[in-house]
Amino acid sequence: MVAPTSSKLISVTLRVWRQEGPAAQGRFVEYKAANLNPNMSLLEMLDVVNDDLERRGEEPIAFAHDCREGICGTCSLMIDGKPHGPHRGVASCQTYMRSFEDGAVITLEPFRAKPFPVQKDLICDRSAFDRIQQAGGFITARAGSACDANAIPVPKGQADLAMDAAQCIGCGACVAACKNSSAMLFVAAKVSHLGLLPQGQAERDRRVLGMVQTMDEAGFGNCSNQYECSAACPKLISHDFIARMNRDFLAASVRSAFQAESQASGGGA
Amino acid sequence: MANLDSRIPPGPLADKWRKHKADIKLVNPANKRKYEVIVVGAGLAGSSAASSLADMGYKVKSIVFHDSPRRAHSIAAQGGINAAKNYQNDGDSVHRLFYDTIKGGDYRAREANVHRLAEVSVNIIDQCVAQGVPFAREYGGLLANRSFGGAQVSRTFYARGQTGQQLLLGAYSALSRTVGQGLVELVTQHEMVDLVVVDGHAKGVITRDLVTGKLHRHAADAVILATGGYGNVFNLSTYARGSNTTAIWRAYKRGACFGNPCYTQIHPTCIPVSGDYQSKLTLMSESLRNDGRIWVPKRKEDCGKDPNTIPDEARDYFLERIYPSFGNLAPRDVSSRAAKRMCDEGRGVGETGLGVYLDFSHAIKRLGEAGVRERYGNLFDIYHEITNENAYRTPMRIYPAVHYTMGGLWVDYNLMSNVPGLFVLGEANFSDHGANRLGASALMQGLADGYFVIPYTIGDYLAAQKPGSRPSTDAAAFRQAEENVAAQVSRLLGAKGKEPVNQFHRRLGKIMWNHCGMARTRAGLEQAIQEIGALREEFWRNVSVPGSGATLNQALERAGRVGDFIELGELMCRDALTREESCGGHFREEHQYPDGECKRDDTNFAHVAAWEYQGEGKVPLRNVEPLNYESVKMSVRSYK
Repeated sequence: MVAPTSSKLISVTLRVWRQEGPAAQGRFVEYKAANLNPNMSLLEMLDVVNDDLERRGEEPIAFAHDCREGICGTCSLMIDGKPHGPHRGVASCQTYMRSFEDGAVITLEPFRAKPFPVQKDLICDRSAFDRIQQAGGFITARAGSACDANAIPVPKGQADLAMDAAQCIGCGACVAACKNSSAMLFVAAKVSHLGLLPQGQAERDRRVLGMVQTMDEAGFGNCSNQYECSAACPKLISHDFIARMNRDFLAASVRSAFQAESQASGGGA
Repeated sequence: MANLDSRIPPGPLADKWRKHKADIKLVNPANKRKYEVIVVGAGLAGSSAASSLADMGYKVKSIVFHDSPRRAHSIAAQGGINAAKNYQNDGDSVHRLFYDTIKGGDYRAREANVHRLAEVSVNIIDQCVAQGVPFAREYGGLLANRSFGGAQVSRTFYARGQTGQQLLLGAYSALSRTVGQGLVELVTQHEMVDLVVVDGHAKGVITRDLVTGKLHRHAADAVILATGGYGNVFNLSTYARGSNTTAIWRAYKRGACFGNPCYTQIHPTCIPVSGDYQSKLTLMSESLRNDGRIWVPKRKEDCGKDPNTIPDEARDYFLERIYPSFGNLAPRDVSSRAAKRMCDEGRGVGETGLGVYLDFSHAIKRLGEAGVRERYGNLFDIYHEITNENAYRTPMRIYPAVHYTMGGLWVDYNLMSNVPGLFVLGEANFSDHGANRLGASALMQGLADGYFVIPYTIGDYLAAQKPGSRPSTDAAAFRQAEENVAAQVSRLLGAKGKEPVNQFHRRLGKIMWNHCGMARTRAGLEQAIQEIGALREEFWRNVSVPGSGATLNQALERAGRVGDFIELGELMCRDALTREESCGGHFREEHQYPDGECKRDDTNFAHVAAWEYQGEGKVPLRNVEPLNYESVKMSVRSYK
């Protein structure tokens, strides 16, 4: 199965979390993976292990993956207790076997957080993130109603900072890394991306209030101020955005408490 | 014989879309909420269509197999999106974008569709900026542009090397807004496994809940497929592992014609294959060709040497040599084949000899390492992660890989297939790129279809459907379709063979790459059809799909998709065999000029081939839609 290569092949032992379904009891199961090319990715190593299981008629290890180039945010492994594994600024799919010693024991688990229930083996349900986005993670702009793209200049520095925040891939590593299972880095990234742009001002207060409320309702905890989230983030999104979101939230809360609201009930001729 | 009326509006090219919009039927606002539209897939085309139709007042159901719409593979597009804004004052116009796209497609796309695409391209940028897409900007606050292959103007808008991600998150935010407002019902982790056709019209789909395994029936007044391309038929490609053909393939088996299945794009700049275990090839954005120079050693003997020790005069910058006016920015098909020719001559580099250098040393001299890092830093990082090599010091090694499929389900000018009520958007349809797609045009097409075409054209169909006439999911067609799917699932689980699904996928990929890849021959394609037939027989007899159909079962998901890929692979070979010419990404070795360029046959093949399913085990029917060029003269494509 292994192509000729000049690299020395390695063998590892895997301790993998197997859980048949959301309600089932999970357990660790050991697998041997031998003669691996160190240039193969961790997920490709799992493919090889799964092919062997399938050959024997056993169920393969279920794991979430798709683009395998670190941008879709689907992969979500705790590798030896770290979200996305030993390296900084990469997703699980960008972890290569050369990161492990020959003979290493590698522990693989799903991201663990109450709002991310396990569906099977290494796959967890992160739909809570979608619900947070639905509560305000947007700028309302119906197709056909936009003005010319250059009508509103955006200073380069501000656009670049918005882009830093917008890079979030929605994987949930920030939640998995936090002892409080806080989603504040994820929410702060979206709130900051849109709040930094002139187009995002009209809904700025509604956005931060709606998203934070939904985040709380989904059961995510509060920020621990230890910034494990930024350290685990495959895009290294800065925890400074959390401070920015907190300021936005406070200002929006005050404004919403005192702002006069129109009593008119709509309608017209 | 399928009815292939392209419904291209009469009149001058530049007026067709405006006139068509004025002529087609509208659905009044109070009636819109009585119609339900299913949108399968939530990439750029699907998300933008679902949110736009919901904003107009239609009831929309968005169905995705991912756990979230934000995972769709549009997210991985790196380089940019074209638009004829002419913000650079460098001579761009709607006509020039239209012309570049038609020429880039080697005169095998419809003029009217491409012109419309160029027209709405400017609205897309406006729409995306309004949504908060953080495009690159200049210090004055205005939008920045860069150039891309096949064009001599700078019309590409970008967001670092993550343009697809930012555009998709924009479309996803619009979809999320409409879901939050209760206008769209979002159904995740459901895979479309059949199309339901009632009285000849598409009226629903069957999905499999990927978590519980349960089959579901969904009825609608119209069905939109925006399920992407089928390049994973080659197993190794730049597609996401989950990208598949199942939705469009099963629609094909329900009567939708498949247009030009053999038109495949092989992208010139990908990281070369390193071993048999490999699951995926990674693209290095075409934008790198703005500043990188592609070369191989002039002499075979130098191929094993450290590239930094090979002096400039011993290097062959072959794209600059062969195509002096476009140089390193020649279109993708042309650049890929040139790289293949160099490797075939024995001048390829790297362990396998299947690679060419993409060199930034000149750019680093000109811009400094920091300058190169600012433009392409994330791409250099990706290269380093995968190869463990530093491309600031040593040139990158690249090789062509499957990247996009221009073919797809046949659609008319309204983006409706030959099955009434079935619309197909984005990469899943065949419509706009002819035989080769230019860089930064896929994002443009996905969003054009979803934001600015389907909102108009779907009304033309729905206005003729009586409100409230959509069939119940108890109808016989739904029951029959669900039984069909259930039987297929049982058959896969019951095979109890010895060979894992991935092995069949790998074997299919090898057959396709060897015989239906960058260069194709009659003998090779005939052999491939034989081999695929045998593989298909073995698959159904010897595939191993452990586990049950009533749980999350990834082996079962893969098996269903690979089964469809095997059938599609055969159709692609058949299409490539019948098209006795070379054009764009379809290169038949028998049809070339002495210098190795594509030799088209406009007398016999200036048409779309739309294949029609004839039943299990029967040879499909090849229908033809002639391509009538009224504005542009079909000529020999030259980038020299």
